[in-house]
Amino acid sequence: MCLGVPGRIIEIDDSGDLRMAKVDFGGIVREACLEYVPEAKLGDYTVIHVGFAISLLSEEEAQESLAMLREIVDLEAELGSE
Amino acid sequence: MKYVAEYRNADLVRGVIDEIARTVTRNWVLMEICGGQTHAIVRHGIDQLLPPEIELVHGPGCPVCVTPLEQIDRALAIAATPDVIFCSYGDMLRVPGSSDDLFSIRAAGGDVRVIYSPLDAVKIAQENPDKKVVFFAIGFETTAPANVMSVVQAKMLGVTNYSILVSHVRVPPALHVILGSPHNRVQGFLLAGHVCAVMGYWEYAPIATQYGVPMAITGFEPLDIVQGILENVKQLEAGKTDVVNAYPRAVTFDGNKPAQKMIDTVFIECDRKWRGIGEIPMSGWELRSEFDAFNAEKRFDVRAITTDESPLCIAGEILQGLKKPHDCAAFGKECTPESPLGATMVSNEGACAAYYKYGRGLE
Repeated sequence: MCLGVPGRIIEIDDSGDLRMAKVDFGGIVREACLEYVPEAKLGDYTVIHVGFAISLLSEEEAQESLAMLREIVDLEAELGSE
Repeated sequence: MKYVAEYRNADLVRGVIDEIARTVTRNWVLMEICGGQTHAIVRHGIDQLLPPEIELVHGPGCPVCVTPLEQIDRALAIAATPDVIFCSYGDMLRVPGSSDDLFSIRAAGGDVRVIYSPLDAVKIAQENPDKKVVFFAIGFETTAPANVMSVVQAKMLGVTNYSILVSHVRVPPALHVILGSPHNRVQGFLLAGHVCAVMGYWEYAPIATQYGVPMAITGFEPLDIVQGILENVKQLEAGKTDVVNAYPRAVTFDGNKPAQKMIDTVFIECDRKWRGIGEIPMSGWELRSEFDAFNAEKRFDVRAITTDESPLCIAGEILQGLKKPHDCAAFGKECTPESPLGATMVSNEGACAAYYKYGRGLE
């Protein structure tokens, strides 16, 4: 229930009472409610929980922490090869 | 898939585990709060790849596991009522009540439906005006935004045959119970990433300071989990007790403000009993009185309930990190996923189910 999966917003529907979207999870498309992420736009990646987007994923933060981890691992490899 | 593949990169995961091994100098006990993380840890074998100094114990973050037996028995009583359509998240159907589960109610002719989103339950109510539609609104802070929106939506649309049976819990009060126990062994926490995505993480620093334990907000992929462990080990070795955000791509300090506002509009904090653990003060949410018309406990006569828990099940101790699934005499014997004694053996967020599925502690 807490395993929200990241998906990409491929369609937004503002015509109803609630802002809804179609979200692509690596080929599986499901409907999700965007009421809690009003700033969401097409192409954004979002974490969906029981049909609701609860968070937009930050590309910048993702790249930064991946770079930090790669640095740790590279440093280790360098030290290990000495 | 983006945001998934790169966090399952085996070389990076191994590299971070090596860094943990280089950092650690003595034994530490860490708890992952979330049952989704427990399953990821066991499924990817992270528990077996870590240096022997690191022990992981498993936390209470399994919504169906901590839903109190009384509330499950109430759900069963409501679901067995004529003219009721009972809607639930799928995980709940096989959770044992005192004598039955929702599956057996369905087998006996009850209309029990599994839904993906609470909005589906509102739709079912609109399509079946002659039925009473009840949704079992359980979960932690992650499902609360969705569950409350169903009530707001039903109210706005004038759907009067919809109500919810609430059994909501929150993480921070449970941390006080775990850390305040004289038997506590937990020295650091992997905090549940998606709970923090909703609520932010400002609530945790005072708890970390009060009990002198570090915490890391942690995601759900293998790389996220080993990063959360590394952040804990670095702090423990340095004698620090900070709350570090190791999942910044999804979590901010303040969390999701629109979701928090909606939760606050519909729910109010309340004391809540946790299955196997007992009552924890102000650890839950219930509907505000303005929403009585949508409160299943007010609409159905289910207040007085007597319960009957299996005396063999030690789920309560497992959920507090005091014991592991294979410490239970019934594990894999009287208690299996096909014939569970407790909810931790049923749910795909339950620690017993994870150990059973991936063969930990089985002879």
